[in-house]
Amino acid sequence: MAKKIPEIPSASLADIAFMLLIFFLVTTTMDVDSGLERRLPQWQDPDEQNDDTPPIRERNIFIVLVDKFDRLMVEGKIMDVEDLREAAKEFMANPYDDENLPEKEIQDVPYFGPVGVTKGVISLRNDVGTSYGKYIAVQNELVGAINDLREELSKSKFGKPFNDLNKEQQDAIKTIVPSKISEAEPKRVGGN
Amino acid sequence: MFHQKSQKLNLKEWEEIKMSKFKKSSSKELPPISTASLPDIVFMLLFFFMVSTTMREVTLKVQMTLPQATELSKLEKKSLVSYIYVGTPHKQFQKAYGTEPQIQLNDEFATLRDIPDYITAEREARAEEERPLMITSLKVDEFTKMKIVSDLKQELRKMAALHINYSSRKKTDY
Repeated sequence: MAKKIPEIPSASLADIAFMLLIFFLVTTTMDVDSGLERRLPQWQDPDEQNDDTPPIRERNIFIVLVDKFDRLMVEGKIMDVEDLREAAKEFMANPYDDENLPEKEIQDVPYFGPVGVTKGVISLRNDVGTSYGKYIAVQNELVGAINDLREELSKSKFGKPFNDLNKEQQDAIKTIVPSKISEAEPKRVGGN
Repeated sequence: MFHQKSQKLNLKEWEEIKMSKFKKSSSKELPPISTASLPDIVFMLLFFFMVSTTMREVTLKVQMTLPQATELSKLEKKSLVSYIYVGTPHKQFQKAYGTEPQIQLNDEFATLRDIPDYITAEREARAEEERPLMITSLKVDEFTKMKIVSDLKQELRKMAALHINYSSRKKTDY
């Protein structure tokens, strides 16, 4: 005799689902991790350091110092972080071939033909007492300056943002606007 | 005369009946909203949150406020990222570890000497072909002095973990 199995009541289904939903709502963290992406230079043993590389000429180097009171000195002058981006952009681009700004080396770049590629290097040096927040603010401005220049070049040459270009086009722009930010070994830079 | 009166009454009555009938029918035509699809909707939301959620694997023992920046790039592949936390220890650990910024790896407080082991362990945990793509994310409190960060970076350079990401928040302009 087949007995009719009573149907399982589904009235509480919504409650159970709500409970799970609330659990996930509470535990979820929506923030995507993001940050400044950098590449560290290769490790060099201090004992084996060979000084064969010719010294960089004075005009080709953009010195940024941050002291332990978070003060900023750019090319021997005290500067605010707000002005750093413009200064770094002018240095890297050198639009009027100023004698005090970096030299350019003519290179054959795909899409562009022979163009002058800057030899400029940004040198960032911080004190051991510099706060990390300031350091990131300075790094951010320097990275921002290079990103801005790439963006401008991309807009004027290809008419679209840098991120929308294909790999070859991006590489060409990266050759013309290199991301040369060198970080010196930290040491005391005054303000002691 | 009498006849006329009765007719008038009838008319009134008729009107009343009509009114009541109309009212009644109007309230009858609005059925309650069916809640049968409620579980489905809730389940849909539930799945959305289940998929988008990322469970925090480590319990933070240090507290930090990340610095602000504008030139952010996202960490695309979570599986390739290993985290290093630096910040002042939480209240309950301050007795043992002091208030100076400390390094935290996985669930434990660590020192600079533990970094090589940690990086090696993180490398071992990844597949061979993924190892060159690994990123180290530095989650450092913005008031930390650079000494600890510089030392950390030197250790990472020694271990050839060169691709790093200074974790920071999006700067909001006012």
